[in-house]
Amino acid sequence: MLETVTALLIATIIAATPLLLAATGELVAEKSGVLNLGVEGMMLVGAVSGFIGVQVTGSGTLGIVAAALAGALMALVFAFLTLGLKANQVATGLALTLFGIGLSALMGKDFVGTPHDRLPQLAVPGLSDLPVIGPLLFGHDALVYLALALVAAVHWFLYHTRRGLVLRAVGENHDAAHAIGYPVLRIRLMATLFGGAMSGLGGAYLSLAYTPQWAENMTAGRGWIALALVVFATWKPGRVLVGAWLFGGVTLGQLYGQGLGIPVPSQFMAMLPYLATVLVLVAISRDRVRIRLNAPACIGKTFHPAA
Amino acid sequence: MTFPNAGSQERPVPRLEARGITKGFPGTLANDHVDLVLDPGEIHALLGENGAGKSTLVKIIYGVLKADSGTLLWEGRPVTIASPADARRLGIGMVFQHFSLFESLTAAENIALGLDSAPRPRDLAARIREVSKRYGLDVDPDRHVFSLSVGERQRVEILRCLLQEPKLLIMDEPTSVLTPQEVSRLFETLRQLADEGVTILYISHKLEEIRSLCTQATVLRGGRIVGAVDPRTVSARTLAEMMIGGDLVVPAHEPVESAHAPRLVVRNLSSTSDDPFATELRDVSFEVRAGEILGIAGVAGNGQAELLAALSGESTTAADHVEIEGQAAGHLGPRARRALGLAFVPEERLGRGAVPEMTLAENAILGGAASRGLVRSGVIDGQGARAFADRIIDLFKVATRGHGAEARSLSGGNLQKFIIGREILNKPRLLVAAAPTWGVDAGAAAAIHQALIDLAADGAAVLVVSQDLDELFALCDRIAVMFHGRLSHPQPVGQTSVEQIGLLMGGLFDRSEAGKGDRDVA
Repeated sequence: MLETVTALLIATIIAATPLLLAATGELVAEKSGVLNLGVEGMMLVGAVSGFIGVQVTGSGTLGIVAAALAGALMALVFAFLTLGLKANQVATGLALTLFGIGLSALMGKDFVGTPHDRLPQLAVPGLSDLPVIGPLLFGHDALVYLALALVAAVHWFLYHTRRGLVLRAVGENHDAAHAIGYPVLRIRLMATLFGGAMSGLGGAYLSLAYTPQWAENMTAGRGWIALALVVFATWKPGRVLVGAWLFGGVTLGQLYGQGLGIPVPSQFMAMLPYLATVLVLVAISRDRVRIRLNAPACIGKTFHPAA
Repeated sequence: MTFPNAGSQERPVPRLEARGITKGFPGTLANDHVDLVLDPGEIHALLGENGAGKSTLVKIIYGVLKADSGTLLWEGRPVTIASPADARRLGIGMVFQHFSLFESLTAAENIALGLDSAPRPRDLAARIREVSKRYGLDVDPDRHVFSLSVGERQRVEILRCLLQEPKLLIMDEPTSVLTPQEVSRLFETLRQLADEGVTILYISHKLEEIRSLCTQATVLRGGRIVGAVDPRTVSARTLAEMMIGGDLVVPAHEPVESAHAPRLVVRNLSSTSDDPFATELRDVSFEVRAGEILGIAGVAGNGQAELLAALSGESTTAADHVEIEGQAAGHLGPRARRALGLAFVPEERLGRGAVPEMTLAENAILGGAASRGLVRSGVIDGQGARAFADRIIDLFKVATRGHGAEARSLSGGNLQKFIIGREILNKPRLLVAAAPTWGVDAGAAAAIHQALIDLAADGAAVLVVSQDLDELFALCDRIAVMFHGRLSHPQPVGQTSVEQIGLLMGGLFDRSEAGKGDRDVA
């Protein structure tokens, strides 16, 4: 029994990691006022680039770097269109996702089905051998720890540094930020690129660690869940973590329930995580004070500097 | 007129001098060789109608815009001000008309954003307290801006400037949202700053305020300087005529004595809302009679928006709370109420009063379709709509290139004239207007006031909700005040005063109504 619980918890952490990476990146972009709906596409391109990186160089680290760069490049396309050419963010984001699906399939054509080794799990001598706690806390690969560190870093950046304050200010009221003299577009560009890199990492986690292979469309909607998680978390990094674990837990719980042979259609069980997301979103949206305090007021709005 | 070389008569080095500033936008010359000299410690008014070029000039001084030609001298040295950060480094601070605050951030965070090098949070809070005490600007640094009143927000803006120890403070229309008491408090702060040697450039439409506060005034018209006077030595009327460049026709309104039948009756109107930022109406009762103009004063956010929504039909109540022309209308929506003879001029011109992207003709249809038969069996009568729009433009002297112009291309005052004209030509029996001349220059405001007075004289009932007491006193027969969702008993203008209404706006409600008057302004 204890082993089952431990295994479930470990699997939850693993399932949550790609969501955590992508959602944390998107959170930063949205906090600066940029709504990038291309997360799914950026994750896919990140996933395939990371996979190719590892196949070509044989180095897991270089694969991760390649994934982050590819995600950032996708975000750069988005930034060029929406910040540079003032295209509509919603439409451009949707287009970016479709573009990413096609591009990743094209890039990965020759790699479908090629297996490779999973990212190595870091082992801390002594600690990793502890029962329960050992595998739960000290038996993961580097990306899991990186994701957790980045959540903490993003929280610290947003709420304890001046640059973070400026970024939040730009997302709250770009006209005012411009009037005081902050470079709205440059700040948004940086936030968007960070969001892209994080989505790329999230995708790489799927193709390098979660299921170490490349398959077309392997993100299976996780980019959209990451987008929902940001709202779910009312734009707070700590709550993104909770949300990602919750979602990972529900996903695994339903898999486990199916395995136990609970007589409910498996399609219904597969719906559960999404249903849970919708319900929590509705519950959260009722608290207007919290939304008002945390939601970036300028999200998705194109910034035209006043003449 | 100021001449650069006139400095021989032992005047101090000006703090800021602008020489020949010229700035063009497509189609207009916003600033045409503007010269301006600001001395240390003076409170200098910049006057002009909308579009006269005041904002452009100020934005050039603050580094938001770049002049096409001309030079700026700061304390005698030529300088280039390429950005607001440059301006702040020189010692120029600006308090914006539309507050440039971040609602979801705290007062202290907002202030930190305005400083180029922010001290540590604890030191910053201490400095905020110190400066706010010195100038009597009460602000709690830890409160979120969205929970602050308008007056408090302005104090945050001023504090943000003062913490940079500016030598020149620019204030753009700072009093348009304040109660008279808050205005006099602001003036004390400004005078204290001027005594300490700070130069203040003060932009306002309110001529009486300029006469009591400022020691020098420069008047702009059509992008050029048309005069420089000491505003204490001339009348407000003279200043207005300098701005307009012609005679100012001040509308006169004879208060109605006879009590006609009530056109609008509101009885015990209360509202509840699940929006924590809405003000709940509490037991509001009043009536507006035919031929009468009733004014509702009050600082924004005291329930005016909720009352207006309940009157226009955007929010509905039980039927008998609102009665239009003797018919219970509380449960009716906006169209049904318009059919009863209600016309409504909302505060937001773009988005509620008119659709920004649509032409004036299309906007005319939206407001006048039912009463003017502009739509027959679902088909728009385009010719009729254009003719109707042309009539509004003609009768109300709307400056525009024609009925095909998009609503958003009009200046605020012209669009407001168009919207009010549209409503008035529908021959309403009851007109509800919110802030009808907000941000509108003197000439257009006079025209709008005249239109409202004429409408009342023709027997319609008019309700004006406004923060501008001068406007209410010029227009209304009776004035009531909203505070925290409650409405004071309407008083005939002859029997009240700006001071008394100001106290009511500040919350001295039951007490002053009961004739006492404890000093307990919140």
